[in-house]
This record gives sequence, C-alpha cells and structure tokens, in this order.
Amino acid sequence: MSKRLTCDVVVVGAGVVGAACAFYAARAGLDVVVVDRGPVSGGTTGAGEGNLLVSDKEPGPELDLALLSGRLWAQLAEEIGEFVEYEAKGGLVVASTPGGLTALGRFAEDQRAAGVVAEPVDGDSLYDLEPHLAPGLPGGVYYPQDCQVMPALAAAHLLRVSGARLLTGRTVTDVLLKRDGTVDGVRTSLGDILAPTVINAAGTWGGELAALAGVALPVLPRRGFVLVTEPLPRLVRHKVYAADYVADVASDSAALQTSPVVEGTAAGPVLIGASRERVGFDRTFSLPVVRALAAGATKLFPFLSDVRAMRSYLGFRPYLPDHLPAIGPDPRVPGLVHACGHEGAGIGLATGTGHLIAQLLGGKTPDLDPAPFRPDRFPDFPDEEGA
Amino acid sequence: MRTPLDLAEAHPDPAFTVTLDGREIEALPGQTVAAALWSAGVTSWRTTRGEGRPRGVFCGIGVCYDCLVTVNDRPNQRACLVPLHPGDAIRTQEGTGHDD
Amino acid sequence: MTDRPHLAVIGAGPAGLAATVTAAAHGVRVTLLDSAVQAGGQFYRQPAAELHAGRPQALHHQWRTWERLRDALARHVAAGRATYLTDHHVWFVERRLNQQPGTADRGGPRGAFTVHALLGPEQEAPVEVTADAVLLATGGYEKVLPFPGWTLPGVLTAGGAQAMLKGTLAVSGRTAVVAGTGPLLLPVATGLAAAGVEVAALVESADPRAFLRRTRALAAQPGKVAEGAQYAAQLLRHRVKLLTRHTVVEAHGDERLEAVTVAALDTDGRVRPGTERRIACDTLAVGHGMLPHTDLAETLGCRLDGLHVQVDDEQRTDVPGIWAAGETTGIGGAALSLAEGHIAGRSAAARLTGAEPDPRTWATAAKSRTGLREFFAALDTVYAPPARWTDLVTDDTVVCRCEEVTGGAIREAVARLGAGDVRTVKLLTRAAMGWCQGRMCGPAVAGLAGCELTPSRRPFARPVPLGVLAHAGEAEDDEHQ
Repeated sequence: MSKRLTCDVVVVGAGVVGAACAFYAARAGLDVVVVDRGPVSGGTTGAGEGNLLVSDKEPGPELDLALLSGRLWAQLAEEIGEFVEYEAKGGLVVASTPGGLTALGRFAEDQRAAGVVAEPVDGDSLYDLEPHLAPGLPGGVYYPQDCQVMPALAAAHLLRVSGARLLTGRTVTDVLLKRDGTVDGVRTSLGDILAPTVINAAGTWGGELAALAGVALPVLPRRGFVLVTEPLPRLVRHKVYAADYVADVASDSAALQTSPVVEGTAAGPVLIGASRERVGFDRTFSLPVVRALAAGATKLFPFLSDVRAMRSYLGFRPYLPDHLPAIGPDPRVPGLVHACGHEGAGIGLATGTGHLIAQLLGGKTPDLDPAPFRPDRFPDFPDEEGA
Repeated sequence: MRTPLDLAEAHPDPAFTVTLDGREIEALPGQTVAAALWSAGVTSWRTTRGEGRPRGVFCGIGVCYDCLVTVNDRPNQRACLVPLHPGDAIRTQEGTGHDD
Repeated sequence: MTDRPHLAVIGAGPAGLAATVTAAAHGVRVTLLDSAVQAGGQFYRQPAAELHAGRPQALHHQWRTWERLRDALARHVAAGRATYLTDHHVWFVERRLNQQPGTADRGGPRGAFTVHALLGPEQEAPVEVTADAVLLATGGYEKVLPFPGWTLPGVLTAGGAQAMLKGTLAVSGRTAVVAGTGPLLLPVATGLAAAGVEVAALVESADPRAFLRRTRALAAQPGKVAEGAQYAAQLLRHRVKLLTRHTVVEAHGDERLEAVTVAALDTDGRVRPGTERRIACDTLAVGHGMLPHTDLAETLGCRLDGLHVQVDDEQRTDVPGIWAAGETTGIGGAALSLAEGHIAGRSAAARLTGAEPDPRTWATAAKSRTGLREFFAALDTVYAPPARWTDLVTDDTVVCRCEEVTGGAIREAVARLGAGDVRTVKLLTRAAMGWCQGRMCGPAVAGLAGCELTPSRRPFARPVPLGVLAHAGEAEDDEHQ
C-alpha cells in the first residue's frame, strides 16, 4: 500500500513532545499529521513519571522554558486536566544535613531571582507538609509550581483534542528533500506524507531521524528505573526528593546515580525514582539500581519499608551533550524542525516546546529566545562523549 | 449431607476461635482464612477501592490478590494462603487496606 | 555434600519434584524452594496436615506416583542430598554477572545465581539462596475470560475451587455450576460432586466430541482415554448435566452470586438467541485454560516461545545454567511435567558434575514427553473459549479486577486514544497495573484490544516489601567488590 498524504506539518513521534507540537501547531491553524512507528506514548513518555518541575532546574534557558511550560500546562489543565490526572501538588526538596540545607537555600535564592516560587521550610514545618518523612531532617524548600500529569494520558489526550491526524504503526524510513535541499515530507513504511515542515519529536531516536535528513544531532539514551508500589492512600502528598537529585540531574557522569524521588499519584501507587546511567539501550533489569532506589526512598519515608513494590519499569531519557533540548528550525535543512533531547524533563517541557515551535512556524516573535536550543549548536562530527 | 471432610476421611484437631470484625467464628487447625470464612458462610471480606464492590476468593492459589484481608492488623494478606491460629483477628478490608 | 554442585529447583509440583529427586540421585546437591506448606504443586495439592485426612487420595488422581515422589524426596532430604524449603515465595532470580565465568560448559559458573525469596504467608522476611544453576518449575495458573458478573463473590476459577477443596477441604457453597473450557473442568465437576456439592451443570464451550476425530493423538494415549471415560461415568453417577457448546453469558447477584445465565453457541461461537436459561447456584467455577508462570525466566533473559519458556531437548533454556520444566515450558499436565522434570534433573546433574548427558538415560521420559506434547497440542485445537467471547463483555463489565477497568474504557483507549498494543492500553487505562499485575486480565485486555497476548515483563514475580528490596543481594555484592 502506498497512499500519499499531504499536510502542512508532519510530526514524527507520538510521545508527549510530539503531541504538544501537534496541539499547538494545529491550534495555530496548520494541518498536522502525527506519525509514529509504535503506538501513542510508546517510548520514553510511557516510561516517565509525569513531572512538571521547576524545582530541579538552575537559572538558565531550561528553567525559563520550564516556567513557560508550567503556565501552559495550567492553561491546558482547564481543558483536559481531569483526563490527564493533572495535579498542582507542589514539590518538596529535603536536605539531609544542615550543610546541605544551606546549599539548598542558596540554590533556591538564585531560582527565586529567576522567577521561581521557592519557600524555605524549617525542620518543624517540613512535617506539616509531609507528616511521614523520616524524623530529624533539618528542613528543605517547597516549590508550589511543581506539578504532575500522567504522561501517557497527557500525550494521548493532547493528540485527541489537537485535531491532528494520528498515524501509528508506521515507521519513517526517510526524510524527503526537494532538489533545493528543503524538506518535502517523510517516507513511511506505509507510504509518503508530503509536507513543507517535518518536526523531529522522536525522542531517544531523534538522532536517527536527523540522520535521515542528513544532519547530525547527538541524542543519546540515559537509562532510568522507576519503582511502583501497591496502591496507598495519600501518605505522600507532594513530590518529595533529596537535595542530591539536583546535582545528579545536572551531572555529566556515565556512572550510575540514584537519588530518591518519591511521590504519591492520583491512582494510588507511590512512584519512586530516579536513577540515571548511560548503558545504551540495555533493557536488563538491574537489582543494584532498584535496590538503591528502594534504600533511598525508605530512608526518606521509613513507613515505605513495609509497603510492597509491585513492579519496576525502565525508560531511556534522550539527552544532548549540554543537557539542553534541541528546539527549533534546523538551518542546515530548511523545513526540518527539532523538538527532542529533553532528557528527563520532556513531559514538563513539552508544552513550552510545542508553543515555541508553533510561534516560530507562524513567523511570530517567540515568548523565549530559542537560541540556546539551536539544533545546530553541536560540532558536525561524531560526539566524543557518547563514542 | 456429605462434606469434603467426609470424603477425605478427615479427623481434624479440635476447632479454635478466631474473630471476624470482632465476631467470634470457629476455625479448624490447618485451615486458611478463606476456608474458615467459607465454613462460616462468609464469601466476601473486602470491598474494592474504586467502586466499593465486594470480593472474595477468585483464583484460590495466591495469584489474583482478590481475596485480600487484614489479619492481626496486617493489611493485604491473601486469605487463600494465610493459615489461622487461635485468637487471630480477621478484619474485613476496604480500599487499599491502609485505613484510607 | 557441600562440595557437590548446587542446583536450586523452584517449585515443588510434579516437574520440580521429579527434577529434584532425579538430580539428587545423580551427584548434585539440590535446594527445592516452594511457596506452599506442603509439596505437590496444584496437581498434588495436599490437605493441611492438621486436618488429618485419612484418605486424601479420594481427592486425587495418580496417587501412587505422588507417593513415590514424596517418599523419594524424603529420602534425599534425610540423606542430606536435598534441602526442601517450604513457604518460600521466590520473587526474583539474580544472575550474578560479576562472578568469574569459567565453568560455563557445566551449566554456569559456581554460585552464578542468587534466588531471592520471601518467607512464610506474610512474605515480609527475605531469604537468599545462592546456587550454581537453577531449574524453573514454576507451573501455571488459570486463564479466565471476563463476562458480566464475574467479579461477584462466589465466582471463582475452576482451579481455585479445586485448590480450596484439595488443600483445605472447603467448598464455597451448596450448588455449583462448572463452566468454561478445557480438560480441567471434568475433575473439578466430579471433585465438587464427590465432596457433596450439587453440580447443577458442566458448561463447556467446546464440543469435546470433536476430539474423537483426532484418533491419532488419542490412540497414542490410552491412559488418557480411560481417564476421560472415568470422568464421564462419574458425571453420570452424580447426575451432572453436561452442556457442550454452551457458555455462561452472565453471573447474577448483588452482594454474591445467586444464579448464572447460560446459552448455546452457534458454529461461529456466537450466543444463539433464545437459548438463554437461568440456573440458580451459589458457586460458579470457571476457567478457560492455563497460562504458564514465566516471570522469573523472562527477567533472567530466557527466550520465550510465545507465552512459554523455550527449552531444548534437555530442558535447557538459552541462558546457561537455567533449566525449565513443566507447565512453564508449555501447558501439558502432570504426566508431561514429570517427564520434563526427570529429563531436566538428569541433564542438570550431568552437566553440573562435568559430564556430557546421555539422552539414552531418559529415553522413556523423552518418549512420553513427545507423545504428551502431541496429545496436548491436539487438545488445544479442541478446547477453546467461544470465538466471540468479547461480544459478552459489555462496556460496563469490569475487565481488570484489581483496578476496576471496564470493557468500555479499554475499547475507548483503542478507538479514541491511539492505543495500538497491550502495553499502551495498560498505560492509558491502568488495566493490569494492580496487585495481580495483569495475570488475571491480560488475555482479556489483549483480546479486547485486538492484539495477540504477549508475555508481560514482571521483574518482581511477586510484590516485595521496599524494606527487603533495599537490602536484596547487598551482602554478596559487598563480598565481591
């Protein structure tokens, strides 16, 4: 079968970033087709926790994007919030030592200057916010802007209300170029889709899609495990994590890092992250990693010791060498637009990403300067770090 | 009427007393919570956390987790696996079993 | 005995027992871990000792075989060749990759595996057993397809009714209907009837007479033919009405089961309108076949063939040091499990002691294995749920019992939200995300989504307390730093 479709924009990838790109582009009046080799939310989106976080980001372009994205998620929540389990639950970052608290306080001060609401919490108030935390913790910082969605539902419902056409189970085998080198659409396993604009929202596979268009984009996978407990009442009210998490997120190390991130969900189970390691696309279950997650979580919330882990899943966060996503037109191939490499923050940053791209496609002045996210910011040779 | 005990020519040790939500019921040594509750005419001891619907034994071999019950304040025990001891306190369980 | 190579056998049903007694007799130290209090598995499930059953064989078939296995295990335990750990619930088998390989030809390096178990019915305290090789005999569990009312108390799996009867001499009511499809329904119906339950009907969706046309498979298994004839005679004696090409379309009741509606099926597997009839009952024992437990094997990285573990002629999986036998390698009943367990035990014993196994030593078992696999393959073509079972699942029928996800929600995920596979249906609906991790609803979710049932990844074969997980395998990892 070779059916030829024509539209304004082809989005490659039916994860949350692709869904958000489709949503904002379609709302801007463009005719959008979303194509994915698998189902909706089949990649990193389906393996995520659904964090919409500002708390873990230091001042800079990613934080600006997170703040914009957070405002957009709040607007979206009015339309689809109940379907995607949107919860403005707030984040609580906990220090384990007085020294750690001082460092965390300084970090929060800088964030405040960048527009983040970050409220210092002393040792006593900590337990008003989270009564089941381990005793004796010196304090932390509360971030009311941190929110959560159920990521697979978020992608599915964004696509549903976007009005875009969704074509799952089709693999993009080529990016079609005109003679002048501009984009003409994509070739898929089930026919061509013609469009002057192709958005690369292929997540961890974004580098491969870029290569089909003849350009390099050094997207690499960073593996993460998540533990899921038996259903519980709301014993963990916020997203709670140890201050070390911020350092791990920003780290460049290939070695395993785990810092406990614990949160209750609307559905009942508590989710426990977050591990980060660079092991390629290895899907082997790792007891040492999951053990470290369990140890961290039970240290933070001792009651969890008696709670049962039901399952564990893993995903691959797509990251770029400088830990910023690639967002915007690729000057090397006119018509190719990137929206990938969001590492562990893709759910949160999806809305801002989609919104900025829609503004750029419409010739509008973007709400944020997209320069730090330029997709051609990496030297055009194989990346040393991932080699 | 013939019973399974007749069929297997069982001569159990003397029955003892346990409680279900404070009410005394008799149990035979070696019986699981589920067997004792069945013998007492009880087929449901849990309600679901979504719709509050009654549930009891389904798979009978510990796989389905439908027969969850609280025994001696320990929630989410599988009634089809847990044996009873004299004085055990069985409580019907609602929702997650964690007092929500 | 401690210098003998060490084989851990998981599961004390027919396959695990046969493997244990065979390996222990041939130079291997065996640790047999089982979740039950008494050996036997589902097929030879024994009444609790305190019930002092004088005639437990009244609940069983092939009792002599059981006695031989039981006595052989006791002898090996007494001689120190086997350790038998009851009430050990294995949640994970760890492949210890930091061990130096070196004896891969002998099944794997020494101490290559750690078996992680939880102790006792509470399953709170951990136990770790290190072994040179592992034999998975984890058995199977029953598949049940949903229909309106199937979550009512009083509706239970056919195997569950049998397990409660065999293990605790208990029945859930006075009047039962046994329904579904498959060879298990006959012993369940006759067992309940013998135990004093009035069995109002045996409702089989297949037409077992079709089996008579499979003369080749039948002729090869005269024992099975005789077994079938015995059941038929017992059904007659207990006046159990046999309704073939019928199905239960709904279970009725408010707080518990009060009646079922059964109906005849047409040749396409659809309910024939106007044939519905209501049967009063307080128990419905229902099953649609069996599924293998493959979680431990899957997490170890063993190759699966469809839904079961793939093994070679020696019952080896493709992971060095891991053998598998019994239902986990394909559903085929107790006799096949015994043959496979025997072969696996022979092979593991030879390889672990550095010898090349000689297939001639298990020629009888191999012959029996071939015949029984053919027999069960033929059985599989006869016994089948109604082809249109999904028609019975109304939009408000609960499909995922744990998370209370309805048929309508699953259909919507497929039709409106772009779920193209079982995993996405799960993500979008929470079906299969609850306590049983999709073991009960998996086949139904796949069927409603129009996909083939594929094995789920379940890194934990059973829920494990986070406090246990936080220290699991810690001691050995420190040792090998």
